[in-house]
Amino acid sequence: MELADSDTNATPVVKTKGIGEYISSHMRQYGLLFALIAVMAFFEVVTDGTLLRAVNITNLLLQNSYIIIMALGMLIVIVSGNIDLSVGSVMGFIGALAAVMIVNYDQSPYLTMIVCLAIGGVIGAAQGYWVAYWKIPSFIVTLAGMLVFRGLSLWLLEGQSVGPFPKEFQIIATGFVPDLFPAGIGEALADLFGARKVNVLALATGIAAAALVVWIGLRQRAQNKAYGIEDEPTSFFVARNVIIASALIFVMFKLSLFRGLPNVLITMGILTIIYAFITETTTVGRRIYALGGNQKAAKLSGIKTERLTFLAFTNMGVLAAAAGLVFAARLNTATPKAGFALELDVIAAVFIGGASMSGGVGTIIGAVVGAFLMGVLNNGMSIMGIGIDYQQMIKGLVLLAAVIFDVYNKNKQG
Amino acid sequence: MALLSMQNISKTFPGVKALDRVNLDVQKGEIHAVVGENGAGKSTLMKVLSGVYPHGQYDGEIVFEGEPARFSGISDSEKQGIIIIHQELALVPQLSIAENIFLGNECARKGVIDWRKTNQRTEELLAKVGLSEPPTSKVDSIGVGKQQLVEIAKALSKDVKLLILDEPTAALQENDSRKLLDLMLELKSQGVTSIIISHKLNEVRYVADSVTVIRDGMTVSNLDAKAGLSEDDIVRDMVGRDMTHRFPEHSRTPGDVLMEVADWSVWHPEHSERQVIKNASFNVRAGEVVGIAGLMGSGRTELAMSIFGRSYGRNITGSVKLKGQPIDVSTVDRAISAGISYVTEDRKALGLVLDETIRFNTTLANLDGVSSGPILKRNEETRVAERYREALAIRTPSVFQKTVNLSGGNQQKVVLAKWLFTAPEVLILDEPTRGIDVGAKYEIYTIINDLAAQGKGVVMISSEMPELLGMCDRIYVMNEGALVGELAAGDASQERIMSLIVNE
Repeated sequence: MELADSDTNATPVVKTKGIGEYISSHMRQYGLLFALIAVMAFFEVVTDGTLLRAVNITNLLLQNSYIIIMALGMLIVIVSGNIDLSVGSVMGFIGALAAVMIVNYDQSPYLTMIVCLAIGGVIGAAQGYWVAYWKIPSFIVTLAGMLVFRGLSLWLLEGQSVGPFPKEFQIIATGFVPDLFPAGIGEALADLFGARKVNVLALATGIAAAALVVWIGLRQRAQNKAYGIEDEPTSFFVARNVIIASALIFVMFKLSLFRGLPNVLITMGILTIIYAFITETTTVGRRIYALGGNQKAAKLSGIKTERLTFLAFTNMGVLAAAAGLVFAARLNTATPKAGFALELDVIAAVFIGGASMSGGVGTIIGAVVGAFLMGVLNNGMSIMGIGIDYQQMIKGLVLLAAVIFDVYNKNKQG
Repeated sequence: MALLSMQNISKTFPGVKALDRVNLDVQKGEIHAVVGENGAGKSTLMKVLSGVYPHGQYDGEIVFEGEPARFSGISDSEKQGIIIIHQELALVPQLSIAENIFLGNECARKGVIDWRKTNQRTEELLAKVGLSEPPTSKVDSIGVGKQQLVEIAKALSKDVKLLILDEPTAALQENDSRKLLDLMLELKSQGVTSIIISHKLNEVRYVADSVTVIRDGMTVSNLDAKAGLSEDDIVRDMVGRDMTHRFPEHSRTPGDVLMEVADWSVWHPEHSERQVIKNASFNVRAGEVVGIAGLMGSGRTELAMSIFGRSYGRNITGSVKLKGQPIDVSTVDRAISAGISYVTEDRKALGLVLDETIRFNTTLANLDGVSSGPILKRNEETRVAERYREALAIRTPSVFQKTVNLSGGNQQKVVLAKWLFTAPEVLILDEPTRGIDVGAKYEIYTIINDLAAQGKGVVMISSEMPELLGMCDRIYVMNEGALVGELAAGDASQERIMSLIVNE
C-alpha cells in the first residue's frame, strides 16, 4: 500500500522503562498485593501470631467464602456497568427457603440445593429483565429487590429462626475433604515437621497450585516476549511469583496441620478459576468488558448488549443463591436477618479490587483479593477485640482510600 | 454607525488556523447574516464575540458601541447585551418556561422567588415572541420550534442589544422556520440588532440586510443585501477554493450494483410524527465510491445508522438488497453478517472502547474470527491486530497500546481495522476524516481507494465537499431527509451541490 509521509501522527514511545516508572504505571496491581501483605503482617504481630494459626486461617476462609462467591458475580455485574444491591437479601431468602424446605417439609438436601440455585437464577433473571430490556437503572431495580426479598425471608420464616440442618447439608460449608493419600505419608511428614498430624492432600494441593501459578506466569511471559510486548522487569516477576507461591504453600501447610481442605475452599477455588477464565479468555467475557467500557460502541459492533446484561444478573442470582446455601449451612440455621447489609461488603470488595464504578474495568482476581483484604481486616480486628463501631469506620476508610488511590493513579497517568 | 466592529480577528488552535484576520461590521438596527460552509469558522467567530474564548486567546480588536470590548467570559458579554442562542438549545427540559427564562436571573428577594412576578413577566415576554403557552408548561412538553422562541424570550428578558442566532432553523420544520424569521423582522422593527448564521440562502435573502461570507477562516466578501442579492453570488463566494492534489490518484471501473436501498423511510425515535428520512433510494456498485453530500442535520447519519441494524429511528420501512437478494439488516449483527459495515462519525463515543487496547478494538466486531467456540485464541488475536497495524500503517509501539493514547488519525485507522476484519461487502463511512490531520487524511483516502479496487462498495458521507469531489464516482445530495439529486463525478461541482441543497 502506497502511503504518504505523515510523521505528525506518529507516536514513538520509548520502549525501555525504568523500574520506578514501571511501578508507578502498575501501582494498582502491586498496591493491592502489598496492602494485603501489610495488613496480614500487621495483624499477625499485634495478635501475637493468632491470625496465621491453622484454626484461624480455616476460619478466615469459611467466614469469607460467601462474600467471595458473590464477589465473583458482582464483579461481572459491575464490569458490565451496573450494580446489584439485592444480593444480601437474595442470599438470606435462599437460606430461608432451604431451611423451610429441609427442616419444615423434610425435602432431600440435594433436591433443595438444586431448587434453590434455580430459584436464585430466576430471581436474577427477573431483575435483569427490567434492567436490560426496559433500561431501568439497576440501582433502582435491585434496591426494590433488596426490600422485596428481605420481606419475603421474613414472611417465609414467619420471623423465626429455622434449623438445625441435617449433617449432609451442613458439610457443604463446614465439611473437609478427606485425605486421599495413604495415612503413612501423613505420619511420616508429621514426624518431620514435629506436628501432631499432617493432611497430605492439602499440602499437595498447595504445592500444585503454586506450581500452576508459576507455570502460567512463565508461559505468559514467553508469549509476551514472542510478540515483543513490554513486560514487567524480571526482578518483579520473580519476586511476585515467589511471594504468591510461598503464600499459597504456607496457607495450605497451615491447613494441613488442622483439618485439611475445607469443602468451601474447593468450591471457591474452582469458581474463581472458572470465572477468571470466563472473563479473560472467552468471547462472552470480552463482550462484557466492551459493554461496560462503551455500551454504544459495543452495540454498534454487533454485540447483543441487552442479552449480556440480562445474563450478568441471572448469573449473579445463581451465585447469591450458592452463597445463601453456604451461609445457612455454616450457621446451621436460617435467620430473618441473614445477609443483612452484606451486599455492601461484596460491592466494597469489588471496588477495593480495582473495579470502576463506570464499568469496563476490574478483574476476578482483584475482587477475590479485595474480599480477602476486607476479611482479614474483619478477622484481625475481631481478634484484637476492637468493637464493631470502630470496625465499621475503619472498613469505610479503607474502601475510600482504595478508590482515592485508584483515581490518583489514573490522574497521574493522564 | 456600526454597533459592532470586529477587526482582524485571528484564532489559532493547535495545528489549525481557525480564523485568519476576519472582519465583521454590524450596523445598528440591521439583520446581518454570516454564511459559510461547515468548518469555515463561523461558530469560532461567534465564540470569540461572546467571550467563550476570552480576550487574550485571540488576536484582533472588538469594538462594541464605539468602545473597545474585552470580554472575559459569556457572562461578561451578556452584561453588555450580546446574547447568543446556540444551535443546541441550552434549556433545562424538566423546568418550566418561566423557570428557564429567568434561570440564573431569578425575580427573587433574598433568595426567595417571587412566582407571581416571574410568571407575569414571562407572559409579557412570550407575547412579544408570539408564543401562546402558559409560563408553567414544562419545556420538554413543547416542540423544538417553540423552544427556540423560549430562548429568544430569554434573551429579551436580559435587555439584549445584539442577538446572535446560530443556525436557528436547522432543527425546525418549514412553517416554524418562517415564523421564526418573521419574528426576527418584527424584533428588528423594535430596534433589536441581530446576527444570523445560516446555510440556508433563501432564509438569508428573506431576512438579511447585509451578508458576510466566510471561507477557510477568512472574510471573503461583504455584500449589501438591500439592493437584492443573487444566491449564485453567495454560493460562489462560499465554495470558491482551489482544489490541489490532496487526493491520491485512482482510476475505477465500477461493476454491477452491489447494494441497493429502496424507499427507505425513518421516523424520529422520540417525536414519532417527524419523518427523518423520506423515501430515500440509492445504490452502490462493486468497486465504486459513492458520496452522500449534505449539510449537518440533513439526515445523512440517520440514513446510514437506520440501515445498519436499525441503530436509529423507528417505524423504518424500505428494502435493502445485496447483489440482488434482499438482506436482513434488522439488528447490527445481522447487518454485519450480511456484509455491511458502518464506520461512525464519532469514533470516540461510538467507535472505540477507548480504555482498551488496539487489539481489543480490532477484533471486537468479529470475535468469532479469533476464537474456537467460546474461547478466544489470544495469539491469533494478536496476529490479526498486527496484520492490520501493518496494512493500515497504524503508528503505535504495540497493539497493546490503549486506543485513548493514539492520535485521531490512528484511532480512525483502528476503527477501520475493526470493520475490515468483518470482511464486509459494503462499507458506509460517516465523516471518515473528521478531525484528523492532512497526512492521515491522505492515508485514509488511500485505504478507501484500495477497498474499491478490491471490489467492495464504499458509501462515503462527508461535510467536506472537496473530499467528496476528489474521491467519489457518484455523489448523492441529501437535504432535509430526502435525496434531492445525484451527480456523476464529471458533472459534480461544489456550486452544483450547494445549489441543489439551497434551492430545495
